[in-house]
Amino acid sequence: MTTAPSEARAIERPAIEFDHVSFLLNGRPLLEDLVLSVKRGETVVLLGRSGSGKTTTLKLINRLLLPTAGDVRVNGRRTTEWDSIRLRRGIGYVIQDGGLFPHFTVERNIALVPRIENWPRQRVEARVSELLALVGLNDELASRYPSQLSGGQRQRVGVARALAADPTILLLDEAFGALDPITRSEIQKEFRTLQQRMRKTVIFVTHDLREALLLADRIALMEEGRLVVDLPAAEFTRSELPLVRAYIEAFSGLPDTNSHDGITRLAE
Amino acid sequence: MNFLQFMMTNRQQVLELTLEHITLAGVATILAALVGIPLGILITRVPQLGKPVLGGANIIQTIPSLALFGFLLPAPWIGARAGRLAILALALYALLPLIRNTYAGIRGVDPSVVEAGRAMGLTDRQLLFQVELPLASGVIVAGVRIATVLSIGLATIAAAIGAGGLGEFIFRGLAMVNNQVILAGAIPAALLALIADFLLGQLERRLGSLRGRS
Repeated sequence: MTTAPSEARAIERPAIEFDHVSFLLNGRPLLEDLVLSVKRGETVVLLGRSGSGKTTTLKLINRLLLPTAGDVRVNGRRTTEWDSIRLRRGIGYVIQDGGLFPHFTVERNIALVPRIENWPRQRVEARVSELLALVGLNDELASRYPSQLSGGQRQRVGVARALAADPTILLLDEAFGALDPITRSEIQKEFRTLQQRMRKTVIFVTHDLREALLLADRIALMEEGRLVVDLPAAEFTRSELPLVRAYIEAFSGLPDTNSHDGITRLAE
Repeated sequence: MNFLQFMMTNRQQVLELTLEHITLAGVATILAALVGIPLGILITRVPQLGKPVLGGANIIQTIPSLALFGFLLPAPWIGARAGRLAILALALYALLPLIRNTYAGIRGVDPSVVEAGRAMGLTDRQLLFQVELPLASGVIVAGVRIATVLSIGLATIAAAIGAGGLGEFIFRGLAMVNNQVILAGAIPAALLALIADFLLGQLERRLGSLRGRS
């Protein structure tokens, strides 16, 4: 959305920066002194249990929340300085079960941002077909309502909607959490392939270590509003931190060790 | 069939009073909707106003209807026109279901849908008109339905201050101790309420399915 004056500088500058950010709700800290920086094109997974501050962190990026202390900078600019509407239209957002509008067809759901941005009609239509193909959905689904879709299809529509206006940043909050394991695994892999092609800046919130290992360039582990550790995905499983070990323990207790992604990597 | 004979011989007047009745109740409900629905929206945006607004509308409804008509009578700018006075009183009564249902309808929209809308960069206005109001429309129409039926019923009392409507027959019948005349007012009024209830119920069901698609 925002084109930087100089491409070279834009690449060096982090897409998202948390500079000693705290967020208090009714005097209770939900996030404390977070320092985190996300490079352009990087996929960072925020891993942690419920209540660890992951979702709060995400909402601070698109200004659904404003920090109590510290600065959140998106493309070098403080979120408090951004016009919130402009900021949000440049950031894709996917939530569990898609958060689709039940009274809109798939086509209108996907075309939401392009429409309010007044794209010409033909461009909107072309973009919708393009996106349906991108997330692996048949064109025929365009006229259906969300309730007429399966959970996996709804989630794909949610991803397509977030990508509609070609944002540089994508936020996903437990996006695939409501899906059955087989569908989830399919979508995770497709998303990874998609991301390798698009190179968006992605912040992905999850409590699923396997999902984190599959998708992340970097994993930021959070606990009780604090960032515990921030490591490249490959190094994460080698960490000796007790909380990391506890996570690996919790996810390696399954009887089936032939699984192809998470567990074999855990065993490395 | 004394009652039917009475209706037939007075059909001109029955028709006139029925139309008058529809006008009283209809205009009152429309006025109440024009005030009540925006007020309902307002209190979803400014929560501090919720209590006073809902409380105020609640208090109005607890005033006995006959007394309310009486209270309003001395107001100089309406006293001369009984019809306007009756419409104002009816509109005040119809306010509560409209405010309450608008508020409840909007608050009842799935919060994750609203948040998704906000996160996609919808302005407050776009969120209201494209997401919240369409999804709340079934509940809002349910409020309009309650308000309409309420107004049709209460409009019979408007005759007490000379505003006309089917209440004319009822009060006349009471004075004459004549059941036929009372029924000539009561039965058409009841039929009107039933018809309005049925029609708005159909609309409500159609709009409610919007939300059901979630």
